[in-house]
Amino acid sequence: MKIIIAGDGKLGSVLARQLSAEDNDMTLIDYNPRVLESSEERYDVMVVQGNCASMEVLLQAGVKEANLLIAVTGVDEINLLCCMTAHGLNPEIHTIARVRNPEYADQIYEMRNMFALSMSVNPERQAATEIERLLKYPGFLKRDTFTKGRVEIVELRIDEDSKLCNVALNDMNSVVKCQILVCTVLRNGTAVTPNGNFVLREGDRIFVTAPTDSLTVLLKNLGIITHKVKQVILCGGGRVSFYLAKLLQNSGINVQIIEENEERCNQLAALLPSACITQGDASSQFLLESQGISDCDALVAMTGLDELNIIISLYGVSCGVPQVITKLGHMDNTNILGSLSLGSVISPKELCCNTIVRYVRAMKNQTGAALTVHTIADGQAEAMEFLVDHNTLHCGKALKSLRLKKGVLVACIIRGERREIPNGDSCFNSGDTVIIVTDSGKGIYQLNDIFE
Amino acid sequence: MNYKMMGRFVGRILLVEAVFMVPAMLISLWEKEYASVRGFFWGITATVAVAGLLALFCRGVKNKFYAREGLVCVGLSWIVMSLLGAIPFCASGAIPDYIDAFFEIVSGFTTTGASILPTVEDLPKGILYWRSFSHWLGGMGVLVFLLAITSAGRNDSGYTMHLLRAESPGPNVGKLVPRMRQTASILYLLYIVLTVINIIFLLIGRMPLFDAVCTAFGTAGTGGFGIKNDSIAGYSPYIQNVCTVFMLLFGVNFSCYYLLLIRQFKRMFRDEELRMYLGIVVGSTVLIALNLRGFYGTLGETLRHAAFQVASIITTTGFATTDFDLWPGFSKAILLCLMVVGASAGSTGGGFKCGRLLLVIKSLRRSVRRVVHPQRVQVVRSNGQPVDEKILQNTNAYLAAYAIITGVSFLLVSIDGFSITTNFSAVLSCFNNIGPGFEMVGPTCNYGAYSAFSKLVLIVDMLAGRLEIFPILILFSRSTWTRR
Repeated sequence: MKIIIAGDGKLGSVLARQLSAEDNDMTLIDYNPRVLESSEERYDVMVVQGNCASMEVLLQAGVKEANLLIAVTGVDEINLLCCMTAHGLNPEIHTIARVRNPEYADQIYEMRNMFALSMSVNPERQAATEIERLLKYPGFLKRDTFTKGRVEIVELRIDEDSKLCNVALNDMNSVVKCQILVCTVLRNGTAVTPNGNFVLREGDRIFVTAPTDSLTVLLKNLGIITHKVKQVILCGGGRVSFYLAKLLQNSGINVQIIEENEERCNQLAALLPSACITQGDASSQFLLESQGISDCDALVAMTGLDELNIIISLYGVSCGVPQVITKLGHMDNTNILGSLSLGSVISPKELCCNTIVRYVRAMKNQTGAALTVHTIADGQAEAMEFLVDHNTLHCGKALKSLRLKKGVLVACIIRGERREIPNGDSCFNSGDTVIIVTDSGKGIYQLNDIFE
Repeated sequence: MNYKMMGRFVGRILLVEAVFMVPAMLISLWEKEYASVRGFFWGITATVAVAGLLALFCRGVKNKFYAREGLVCVGLSWIVMSLLGAIPFCASGAIPDYIDAFFEIVSGFTTTGASILPTVEDLPKGILYWRSFSHWLGGMGVLVFLLAITSAGRNDSGYTMHLLRAESPGPNVGKLVPRMRQTASILYLLYIVLTVINIIFLLIGRMPLFDAVCTAFGTAGTGGFGIKNDSIAGYSPYIQNVCTVFMLLFGVNFSCYYLLLIRQFKRMFRDEELRMYLGIVVGSTVLIALNLRGFYGTLGETLRHAAFQVASIITTTGFATTDFDLWPGFSKAILLCLMVVGASAGSTGGGFKCGRLLLVIKSLRRSVRRVVHPQRVQVVRSNGQPVDEKILQNTNAYLAAYAIITGVSFLLVSIDGFSITTNFSAVLSCFNNIGPGFEMVGPTCNYGAYSAFSKLVLIVDMLAGRLEIFPILILFSRSTWTRR
């Protein structure tokens, strides 16, 4: 597929890397020849220097033949103008614009129609929603959603006093009393695909597929004390903080924001009447203590500096804050962070990139590529969502009669409103969506790859 | 530096070379020239052996090129490729001396066409084919070929840009399409199609097939190895004219043909470099024809010879239809200047390149204006687009390196004691990948008289000229080989 990316910044270059590796023809547009040069050297892409909203530059980038335009420059208005111009030049083109000014956030649905956008992305808002989801269910370490949020794979840790400790998976239903499936267990650092006789032990991290609305039941039946989050400290008052504070306010959670810039503090205080805004340096331990870090329920470190966020989170964990969330902006070296106990890690750039990549895959889906891919179990397993179509083999046959590749698990079958955790008698039909969990590196790109 | 990765890459290039030696061996077999069959057998064996050893020792490394690795890799591959490519000449007994054989093959790969052989007609057919084919392979570049056929340009190794930049001539190399592999394939496809058309036109002129193929290879790579002692002079005027046209075609930037292919005629004909190139060709032909009045019988003949020699020299091919060493001084001076100008950037030709000359002239004009209006802010433009300051800087650095290398080589070659014209034209001719020079290295003579040392100097010149100096220069820089 031919894709044009306008704006070769952090997000633009991550997208270029990801999408060119997935065999798309990429063209990058940017004003700055330096960043273009470095992208051209690192990825297999073509570059065009100039203003991405000008017709001449867009034509030079081949907008007439392109299938998709992704506008991710630093300025919302240029992104919108770029998409509009491109759409004028080529009515067939799909357009994605990044719009992140909070003032446009409420009117984005109308703007989508006016500017003929196929999709708009707002990384900060998305990150805020993601953080809020984690804060809502404090028992889960990580939540990955499928089929537009109707099914999730959540990560749980089995503690000594957990009700699941020393329970075989066959007997699990009597404890949890809801439809779930344990698809992967991470024991001593290795991922295991369990069978019915597998007995859970203390220290295991399990990855559970469940319909989103049964998560509360799951937590309750597991006896995980969902100490409802009441007091949250947000370090840094950027756009993510603003969106998050607004979301948390609506659910009646007390928000405390620590921000260094005085002007921004005043702005936030005006915009968020019920939040408590403190002006000061969030890396100062004295300030954090005086703001009550020892008895808050959650700490979210999201200043503009990744290093500072890591330090704040480490301090938060050492103070015994029940839930710590770290925002990382650059995220090029997450693998070295594995050994640090940072709590949950959120990267707006990564989230946004995933959303766009998912859209691209869906556009290409005539070939049966995965709609959604999440890596779970420290990257040792992958969960993928596929659409079953008329090309799919073995439709309508019971799963027990099929020969699947080793290490492949059908985790969920979604048919209209029904979400079914499959057993041996289940089958899938054209039009269904299925979630597959497999070990990493199996080379599964299409649904048909799972069969022997 | 990632030596293992470079080793693996050089190994792959050698494999390509070995595969291309096979047709030459088959031709020798067909013609029952058993000495050259043996030569090619040893050549292929040695090349495959070295490639195998490199592949064995350089297993399992990451495939990432940075600027330094890219440049060094290109320089090394060309040297190693030439060292091994000389073996068939040597082992077949056609050119017994290894230095001579090395000179001949470097002259082939760099599309120079300078020969140390006094007569070529009695060489075996297989050897003649290999000589001419080396032009064709060297013209577009063996690394570009590798990029076109392997998947080296895929996934996380988008780092191949450095390779294309190092091997393709010109101040500002860019891709035609987003994918490296497709870009390389398009270039080679255009190259192959043009070569085939050339062969067809030559066949129409009743040229024997073998001669047509070899001549087309020499023309396509802008090389200039002929298979006759008198180069093209013995063929009919029709064939000479076909050669003139095709030499000029191969001296045009290949991205112009791509523009033609995607029907962007306006952009192609507005290209400043193309206009300058054609302007120089027409201007020089007219001037030389005027200067040559009365030299040949008819006006048509004069024009034909003038156009042929101008095309041959400016595209750095080096074919000849007449002994231009006998021409009057003014005509010879024009040819000497054309030697330096060279063909267009992004073509198969060598020399300083029209595009670069254009940039140098423009930045010179800017400097002159700056003396008059010191406060004036000026931007150098090319095809209406502002040119990056870095490119101008590189172009000026290139000019400096070009002048210094010419000067130093001239001094070193002069040790042999030949005349100034001979030495100077020999250096210019080798450095710009042309072939013939004046006096003792004129179109009817050869480079056999030079000493082994001078030949080595000229070999370095040829390589530096073809790879545009920096990939060769970087091999002699100490900072290349030290740890970062």
